[in-house]
Amino acid sequence: MAAHLKKRVYEEFTKVVQQQHEDLSAKKLRLTKPSKSAALHVDLCKATSPADALQYLLQFARKPVEVESVEGVVRILLEHYYKENDASVRLKIASLLGLLSKTAGFSPDCIMDDAINTLQNEKSHQVLAQLLDTLLVIGTKLTENPPVRMRLVEVACKHLTDSSHGVRNKCLQLIGCLGPVEKGVAKEAESQAAKDVQKIIGDHFNDQDPRVRTAAIKAMLQLHERGLKLQQAIYGQACKLLADDYEQVRSAAVQLIWVLSQLYPESIVPIPSSNEEIRLVDDAFGKICHMVSDGSWVVRVQAAKLLGSMQQVSFHFLEQTLDKKLMSDLRRKRTAHERAKELYSSGEFSSGRKWGDDAPKEEIDTGAVNLIESGACGAFVHGLEDEMYEVRIAAVEALCMLAQSSPAFAEKCLDFLVDMFNDEIEEVRLQSIHTMRKISNNITLREDQLDTVLAVLEDSSRDIREALHELLCCTNVSTKEGIHLALVELLKNLTKYPTDRESIWKCLKFLGSRHPTLVLPLVPELLSTHPFFDTPEPDMDDPAYIAVLVLIFNAAKSCPTMPALFSDHTFRHYAYLRDSLSHLVPPLRLPGRKLVSPPVSPSIAPHEDPSQQFLHQSLERVYNLQHLDPQGIQELLEFTIRDLQRLGELQSELAGMADFTATYLQCQLLLIKALQEKLWNVAAPLYLKQNALASAAAKQILEETYKMEFMYSGVESRQVVIIHHMRLQAKALQLIVTARTTRGVEPLFGMCEKFLQEVDSFQRCFISELPHMQGSFVDKLLDLMPRLVTSKPSEVVKILQTTLRQSTFLHLPLPERLHKASANIIEPTGESDNPLRFTSGLVVALDVDATLEHVQDPQGTVKVQVLYPDGQAQLIHPKPADFRNPGPGRHRLITQVYLSHTAWTEPCQIEVRLLLAYNSNRSKAAAKIAKSTWNESLEALPQPENGIEGTIPFSKPVKVYIMPKPARR
Amino acid sequence: MPEIKVTPLGAGQDVGRSCILVSIAGKNVMLDCGMHMGYNDDRRFPDFSYITQNGRLTDFLDCVIISHFHLDHCGALPYFSEMVGYDGPIYMTHPTKAICPILLEDYRKITVDKKGETNFFTSQMIKDCMKKVVAVHLHQTVQVDEELEIKAYYAGHVLGAAMFQIKVGCESVVYTGDYNMTPDRHLGAAWIDKCRPDLLITESTYATTIRDSKRCRERDFLKKVHETVERGGKVLIPVFALGRAQELCILLETFWERMNLKAPIYFSTGLTEKANHYYKLFITWTNQKIRKTFVQRNMFEFKHIKAFDRAFADNPGPMVVFATPGMLHAGQSLQIFRKWAGNEKNMVIMPGYCVQGTVGHKILSGQRKLEMEGRQILEVKMQVEYMSFSAHADAKGIMQLIRQAEPRNVLLVHGEAKKMEFLKQKIEQEFHVNCFMPANGETTTIFTNPSIPVDISLGLLKRETAIGLLPDAKKPKLMHGTLIMKDNSFRLVSPEQALKELGLAEHQLRFTCRVHIQDPRKEHETVLRVYNHLKGVLKDYSVQHLPDGSITVESILIQATAHSEDQGTKVLLVSWTYQDEELGSYLTSLLKKGLPQSTS
Repeated sequence: MAAHLKKRVYEEFTKVVQQQHEDLSAKKLRLTKPSKSAALHVDLCKATSPADALQYLLQFARKPVEVESVEGVVRILLEHYYKENDASVRLKIASLLGLLSKTAGFSPDCIMDDAINTLQNEKSHQVLAQLLDTLLVIGTKLTENPPVRMRLVEVACKHLTDSSHGVRNKCLQLIGCLGPVEKGVAKEAESQAAKDVQKIIGDHFNDQDPRVRTAAIKAMLQLHERGLKLQQAIYGQACKLLADDYEQVRSAAVQLIWVLSQLYPESIVPIPSSNEEIRLVDDAFGKICHMVSDGSWVVRVQAAKLLGSMQQVSFHFLEQTLDKKLMSDLRRKRTAHERAKELYSSGEFSSGRKWGDDAPKEEIDTGAVNLIESGACGAFVHGLEDEMYEVRIAAVEALCMLAQSSPAFAEKCLDFLVDMFNDEIEEVRLQSIHTMRKISNNITLREDQLDTVLAVLEDSSRDIREALHELLCCTNVSTKEGIHLALVELLKNLTKYPTDRESIWKCLKFLGSRHPTLVLPLVPELLSTHPFFDTPEPDMDDPAYIAVLVLIFNAAKSCPTMPALFSDHTFRHYAYLRDSLSHLVPPLRLPGRKLVSPPVSPSIAPHEDPSQQFLHQSLERVYNLQHLDPQGIQELLEFTIRDLQRLGELQSELAGMADFTATYLQCQLLLIKALQEKLWNVAAPLYLKQNALASAAAKQILEETYKMEFMYSGVESRQVVIIHHMRLQAKALQLIVTARTTRGVEPLFGMCEKFLQEVDSFQRCFISELPHMQGSFVDKLLDLMPRLVTSKPSEVVKILQTTLRQSTFLHLPLPERLHKASANIIEPTGESDNPLRFTSGLVVALDVDATLEHVQDPQGTVKVQVLYPDGQAQLIHPKPADFRNPGPGRHRLITQVYLSHTAWTEPCQIEVRLLLAYNSNRSKAAAKIAKSTWNESLEALPQPENGIEGTIPFSKPVKVYIMPKPARR
Repeated sequence: MPEIKVTPLGAGQDVGRSCILVSIAGKNVMLDCGMHMGYNDDRRFPDFSYITQNGRLTDFLDCVIISHFHLDHCGALPYFSEMVGYDGPIYMTHPTKAICPILLEDYRKITVDKKGETNFFTSQMIKDCMKKVVAVHLHQTVQVDEELEIKAYYAGHVLGAAMFQIKVGCESVVYTGDYNMTPDRHLGAAWIDKCRPDLLITESTYATTIRDSKRCRERDFLKKVHETVERGGKVLIPVFALGRAQELCILLETFWERMNLKAPIYFSTGLTEKANHYYKLFITWTNQKIRKTFVQRNMFEFKHIKAFDRAFADNPGPMVVFATPGMLHAGQSLQIFRKWAGNEKNMVIMPGYCVQGTVGHKILSGQRKLEMEGRQILEVKMQVEYMSFSAHADAKGIMQLIRQAEPRNVLLVHGEAKKMEFLKQKIEQEFHVNCFMPANGETTTIFTNPSIPVDISLGLLKRETAIGLLPDAKKPKLMHGTLIMKDNSFRLVSPEQALKELGLAEHQLRFTCRVHIQDPRKEHETVLRVYNHLKGVLKDYSVQHLPDGSITVESILIQATAHSEDQGTKVLLVSWTYQDEELGSYLTSLLKKGLPQSTS
């Protein structure tokens, strides 16, 4: 049996190789199998009623059809199509034709003529539309064939006069997808058609059916996407469509206008009802702004989104979007923003407000007031005030994009963004805070604005507060009062929400280093020093005091005069903090003290290179010296691993790379050690105990390879090969160890079988990489493959053993960037002595808060594990919404874990940790083969490494004290 | 010509006492039935005798529509239905129907119990009146009778406020009531589809104002309240029980929650609690935020806002109090105001419009010494703030609504004449539609051009459309058929079918014309010349020379005979049927020009 299987595997394997070169075997297969088409034909002939036929077709559609019989099936279907009187059956056939022509590897040009012929006599509009859809599928498969496309487009044009909207819809879609886009093709006929395509589509902008109008615009956009330069003449037509009755038309028209504005930004268009002319992009901007107050929110969202990407628009127009031209009783009024600004500039801020300061000022000339046709006027004011939060978010995003490209606009829109901090929906508030952070390079906050911003620090939502801290990190403040205000508010926040500690300290660090000169005059006040009297020494453990110190020390870094203002204990506290919170407190040049480490700042640039070099050199050394005696190799590997690990600790940007290579070398080392063991030379059963090391090594290597594959982001396929190769070696080792230690041959059959399958799948996965693996284990193994397949397990083991020993070890190329996934559980802290008490049998919610770095797709992979003292383990999948993404490569998991247990007599600790789940099917290697087709032959093959799932712990476990009490009766 | 007549009985160039009569296609509809705040005599109610002097109102009105529950839109309803007498249907939305009687009852209490008026409607009358009310849903088309239908649109403004479309056949009127185009903390924005009514009757309270963004106002309001409370002062916010009060409550409630403030907020009780109950119920009428979060927590279940007791006003420490009425003219708000006015730490925030003569108006215009009843002089030391939280559309909002609905005519009500003038001019200028602003009692007539639907048989339609090019939505199309008007319905059928249906025999109508031509030649030669000529000119038609010596062009027959007296003159007889009139007359004129001088 096993031999038979083996043979089969081998056969399969060789066949695949053959297919690489020639497809001759395809025909043979069809002869041997019962023909699908024949079966279908029989079925369809048996069918007595249309309903029957439909049933057969539906059943047929569920099963895949192999490439080689597609054509036959199509012929049968077409034959039946002509005979069929019932429209629904014809419809199904038409849709099947489309489905079949999608089959991978099938070239549908042979059935195109037939498909076009069927169009001629078709009366039913629905079937006609379906047939056109089929043609579309055929056309998209044959994009490389211009004559075919031309022909299809002609067919579509012919049917454009159909009275059914569905048919016209499909025609336009077809023209959009297949219409010629190449310009300057030599043949005159083609260029003629090219011109026509736009005109033909343009003619349907005025179709009576809104669906067709939409399809026409979409087709035009499709042409644009495919690279055809749209004519400017469409602009006028598109503008008219903005006033259409139907929202989908308006929505598409807005897109079209946007496209045109990007194509011809500088063209000049006349303003109707006046002699003036403006740039097209400005005109389009005005029109899209107008759509921000459309009746349908879908259109509003669309318009607001597109506004953001119109960066060529003149500033004058941009400015208008924020100005609504207030008036009251026909007199001009200033906005609250203007008033605030004026108050501020007159130095009167926060003194008493005067009654009637919003009283309207000058009279307005009634004729000059333009209530509606003012284009861009107040578009963002409307957008930000919109009823639907989707629109508001879109408007905020657009503001952000425009402000990033125009500093002047950024300054202007600040007031509005600040206002959005008070939106009723948290998402909008968060979005506007993020936006503000993104544009913060361009702006300086006025004090009154800062006041409003800081007021949000009291918000009860953690996300909002943290976003705000991030914002404050990169904000420019204009006055020392501003800094003071910010500090006071942050300290208030700290007392109110002590959990924000880290985030607030970090925020103050940046605030200090950005504004040293503003902090300087505040220092005596902040440290509460007095010129004559000594003040009591503040408590060093007070987070608020630490916060103040962080601010001051960071400011002092670039302000050498500041340390003169410190009192004695401040210096002591500096020394303490420099050690305990080194990431927050910078090294300072203090008078009378020598710097412990030389200042880092001037030497950052050259410093990077040596460590890189060191990394590469040490690796070179390992790779070059591989032919030394085993003892030497082991020592060298051990040293290098140690070096690399230390390097990773020192140089955070190289940590990923160093760890990665260290792990690899570790695997290698283990392998070598395992192979060095004496047990190989002696008959196995005698050394049952000693094989512990070898099998443990094999196991560990396997684990490490999974870590290497799934814990690092930035791993490329070159590395994946090496990792898989290492895994293969480990498996070989396992096999050998088992062969040595087990009596009898029976279990070995299965294992050998499995191993060979793995080798096979390895080869299929990485066929392109094999040439780079000269002299490696797998290379040698593949050479011996024919022998292996036919030989007995004991033989196989012997061969494996020698190959394993003889093979060289592979050079691991390093990718550009490599980061190790890591996690840090912030909460629970594990410090609490008070057990979490709850009634047994009920649940208690434990808040878990963790930061994740460099985890790809955390929603799918990160799990929380809870280990109870009785060894029971619980795996929790956090909800996707629990993950937040504060920055690139960083994630934050804030979730609740539900605990429960039967009653205990006394409190005990449970362990909480984060796991990274992996599934080898998901890996990049597997994705290569998993090209799911209608190919039946693939199903017969063994699935490579049938979905090995596992988890890697990647955070330090945290202990939580809990106490389930027995329920009271 | 069909016409729509509109007569405001109230709210014509005025604010208050909204009541508008509309006659559309023979149907009479009354829109709103409000009272006027400023009067205490007969003028407070609309003059219903205008509708009919004697006889029941029911005979003259097909229905009454109430847009929302404010008293200036529904205050006269019990008087109208019970005391004057009306038994027809009254339409309003569900929230309006729920809240309206509470307000009416309150109004009745104040007038009868406090002011001691007699001859006023009673509680029973309010109940009876509400029994006549039919509640409608948003966007539900209600068929009042065979032809008249109405439909409600969301209007913002207050809970349950609606705009109504009144439609008879193809003619339609949209009445907005009061509406708000910017959403607020508890309600969404008004919305209408492109219904293209013949007439849009819109309010125009803020016809000459373009308002600042609401966010600034909200922020200012919160800041003022926050600062005063932090200083230890008391804040008085006089409000009308329903509408703005709920918005401000939500605003303060969420702010208190977000900022974790502890100072108490009170709401003077009474009808508010009942009304709040309805606010909790009609979640579908509120804004997106409240609708989305009510599953977790209904925003109208206030945590920080408690019921007010008279004794609380003397409590030390900061507090915020919402008290009715909103213009400080009487009641609890005035009492509290008198207590707190002397302290400069305190503050009063007027969130809305104040009618002239009220205490609210006086303090807003800067008066610091007020003369109270009994010759008392009250010195106002507290801060006075004005925050416009009014939920009416501003000029831009009104224009936006007009743009959305695309009416053919606009009529302005519910605003001051001077301001309307400006808006009218703007509307006419920018939309090129007629705009009217009648005063009370003045009738505006609008001529409509309604399209009349005609049934056409599918066969005829297909036949006729097949003749021309593609159907084009924008262009009118010429069709041939017979219009049958029978039993109040119109049908367009083919002539054959019409004849068959009417049982008539087909008659042929032929035009015959004689044309004299000077031609000395023989008859058949003349015929031949004519034939050749026509053949040359009419290339697209089939011209045939028949053996009997006549010519046919399509179905037109031409025969030539010699003149009985003058052989040199030939008479051409041209005969064509009625259907070929066009070609026939062309041929005649062609022949009249004479034949070209033959080359032969």
